[in-house]
Parts: sequence; structure tokens; C-alpha cells
Amino acid sequence: MTNARRDFRDEELLADVIARLIGDVRHIAVGNASPIPATAALLARERGKGRPYVSLLQSRKHNFFTDGARELFDCAGQGRIDVFFLSGGQIDGAGNVNLVSTGDYEHPKVRFPGSFGSAYLYYVVPKVILFRVEHSRRTLVPKVDFISAPGASAGNIYRPGGPIALVTSRCLFSFANGRFTLASVHPGHTVEEVIENTGFDFERPTSVPKTPAPTGATLTLLRETVAPQLAEVYPQFAAQVFGIGQAAVAQ
Amino acid sequence: MRVNMFQLAKSLDEALAALTDGCMLVVPREVSGVPMAATRALIRRGVKRLHLVALPTSSLQADLLIGAGCVETLETSAVSLGEFGPAPRFTAAIIAGAIKMKDATCPALHAGLQAAEKGVPFMPLRGLIGSDVLAYRDDWKVIDSPFGNSDPIVLLPAIKPDVALIHATMADRFGNVWIGRQRELATMAHAAVKTIATVEKIHDGNLLDDPVLAAGTLPGFYVESAVVAERGAWPLGLPDYYAADADHLAEYAALAATEDGFAEYLERYVYDKRAA
Repeated sequence: MTNARRDFRDEELLADVIARLIGDVRHIAVGNASPIPATAALLARERGKGRPYVSLLQSRKHNFFTDGARELFDCAGQGRIDVFFLSGGQIDGAGNVNLVSTGDYEHPKVRFPGSFGSAYLYYVVPKVILFRVEHSRRTLVPKVDFISAPGASAGNIYRPGGPIALVTSRCLFSFANGRFTLASVHPGHTVEEVIENTGFDFERPTSVPKTPAPTGATLTLLRETVAPQLAEVYPQFAAQVFGIGQAAVAQ
Repeated sequence: MRVNMFQLAKSLDEALAALTDGCMLVVPREVSGVPMAATRALIRRGVKRLHLVALPTSSLQADLLIGAGCVETLETSAVSLGEFGPAPRFTAAIIAGAIKMKDATCPALHAGLQAAEKGVPFMPLRGLIGSDVLAYRDDWKVIDSPFGNSDPIVLLPAIKPDVALIHATMADRFGNVWIGRQRELATMAHAAVKTIATVEKIHDGNLLDDPVLAAGTLPGFYVESAVVAERGAWPLGLPDYYAADADHLAEYAALAATEDGFAEYLERYVYDKRAA
């Protein structure tokens, strides 16, 4: 994973990739246990000089909701949230995500925390970006054991939202028409390695682009401006990735 | 002269008297003011067979109650210790089949409590169709929407808890509780038959007399009992008041990884009253 000439960390590359996927939108929301997407959302806001609005669910400072935890979901139901992020203990080639368990649901082998808001937000947020740092046949599977939220729905189901991409430690997949396509491979990784470690089938062009490395300006923005804001919600992550101590936590 | 029907409880145990074995108990997510001192008191009392509804997720509180054998049914969207990893006692109980799990999704729990708040039998919600969360919930129904395009939509039954248990910054002697931005605490209180609040301190005067404070106040009308429990959310944080105790949560995650370690944690931090 390490590359002698690299001057950035995996988390910084992934945040940069996700920030590009976000594009020009009005409101990004980030759920629980999502430090890299939170980094990307704050990076997008810095680049946009304050646009888009960013709502980090567990934050006080980066969260404007005043009507309780339900307001985020009501907001999403109305189409007022443009981008959200989901992960999964398992993700399959049809974009189904599993946040519940492996094996039989009644007698699981492994239990994950639970579905959180996925069984709702995946349907109503136009751009859902899937992220799973661990890119292996254990996490990217042919078919999930439990569908917390499906990648696609039948034509008569109300569904303005759904997945647009999947970001892992090795590559970026785009998602369209019910299938993933390999969009780019991150520096230090190869197409062969992606094929070897992916449990589902995916499309790929004859020549797969390389994911661009974050620029010096992006790294400066991440380390000096974004990281201190992140520490309020993800103190362990901010300390490990950016060396931000409690003293620097933005109050 | 205003008549005051309310009396502050004299002790945590007295405040918790209305919370009985087998009741449906609703508690808030970890960033909304979790009554941890009250949770430890319930474990010491040996409360049993709770139907625990965590709105919409939980962390240490659900894990402790499950590990201590207080929970029969758990209804929530997720239990996790967040940056400190999986919730070990929750995970072990599910694998062992020791509790009945009603997996939900966050807005479904909010909607179920909102139905109870309005006194209506159900609330519709988008999403869910095609999810196994819906497939395993035989108490949820799908109908064709009677409005618009007749498209399928899920109906969720009202969630009517016996007790809502909350922790907040302050209460006054009229039972009014200042909850600030944590409006889900009001939803819980409106939906539940009885609400029990622990608070950091007592506010002199009446919270409803100040329009700025009144906007963030849960009226004493809904509150069965209130009692002071200083640092009552510890080791979790109380928004705008104090942060979570990261060292303690890391210690919990390490100890609770095994049953013996969890028993040691209970001895040290729950049963030993000096630590309560």
C-alpha cells in the first residue's frame, strides 16, 4: 500500500476522490461512523467557500438542525439533501448494502451494528456515494446475505435516489444501470489486484485511468483547515490521520 | 400564585420507580443526552425484561443493559461504540440469540413515535420496499398509496412506550425540563405514557417564564419525575456541556469484549456505588 514517493495518506486520497464525486450541490449530509466522507464534505465546503451546506449527524458545530434527529430524514424525504454516504459490512455487484449480519438472519455468523438510516436514505437522496475502505472478497461479495437497502427498485417504487459510485482503498467504481464500472485505480494499485480482490463482476474499459493524486493545495487545505474541524466529531481519526490533538479541537 | 403539582424526586431510585420490569422503555441516541447514571441505577436494581427502544440508535447504554441481562426485546436501527468499535455485549447477545431483535431504520423509529405523539395508529414512510429490514418486520405493512400514483408505501404502527428516560441540562421545580436542540427528547416524552428525567442542575424560577428558554423546554405536564444526577450522562457526553470520556469508553470496549471482563466492569463502575 505504501509508496516511497508518496507524500499523502490513503485517507487524504479517498477524501479528495469523494469530494470530486460530490460535485456542485447545495446540501451534503454525513451519517455515523463516516470520518472519510466527513473529511470530503468539509473539503468540498472549503473549496466552495462555504457552499454546500454540510450536516454531520453527530456534530454540534457542523449541524444546523433544530427540530431533533428526525429533521434530517424529513429534509431528505423532501429532496433537500443532495448527497449522502453509505458503507456496508457487505456490498454486492447490484449495489445492495448489508449493515446487519452474515449468514442466516435468525442465526447470524457475524453481526454488524445495524441498518442505520440506509433503508430510507438510499431511496430518497439523489447521489449516494458508497465507501468501503477494506476492498476484499469478504466485503465486496457476489450477493449480500441481508439487504439493508437495495441498489435498485422496481419501476413502480418511489425512488428518486440511489448509488452513483463506490470508493475503496484500491479504486473508484461508478454505478449506472444496476452495475459497477471500474472508473479509476488509485496510485500504487493495479487493475489485476482489483479483479483479484473483488467478489462481484463489474464492467471495465480497455484502458483504466489512474486516480489523480491530491495536489499540494488540496493537502494543505485538508491538513490545515479541514482536520481541526473534523476533530470535534472524530477525535480518534483526526489524531491518527492528521495528528490533531484535543487542544486543537474547534469548539 | 401558581399551583405546583410537581415535586422533584429525592433520589435517583425514587425517580425511577415508575419504570417497572417488562415495560417498553424509549431512550435517546448517544449525542442527545443519555441517562447513564439512571441506567447504572436500573442495573443495580436488577430491572428485567425491558422492551428497549433506542431512538434511533444506541451505544454504551444499550450494550450495558443487554450485557447485564435487563433486555428481552431491542428495537433500534444500530448499536455500536462508534470510534471505539462494535458494541460487544449487543453483538454477543444477537449471536447467542439471547435477545429478540427488531431491526429498524432510523426514520421508521422517529415516524412510529410521531404517530403515537399524534394519537394516530400508524405513519407512512418512503423507502424500505425491497429491504430485508421490511421483510423481517411482520408488524409493518405495505399498501398502495390512496393518493397520487397508487404506488406502494410502507405503514409503520405507532410506538407507544410506557416510559421515556432522558438526561438534560436542567429542570425547574415545576417539572419543566430544558432540552435545548435535542427535540427528539420532546417527541419521546409526547409519545410515552410517562417521562423520567435526570438533570445536571435545578433552575431557580420557572423555565417557561423566559421565552428564550421556553422554546427549548419540555413542559412539566409530560414529566412524571425529575431528579438531579450531576454528570448523569457520563461516560457519554452532554451536548454543549461536557464531552464524552474517551479513556473510559476505550476501557469499556476492552473489558466488555469478554463476559468476564464485562462482569469486572459492572463490579467496578456499576455495582460499586462510589463509582455511580
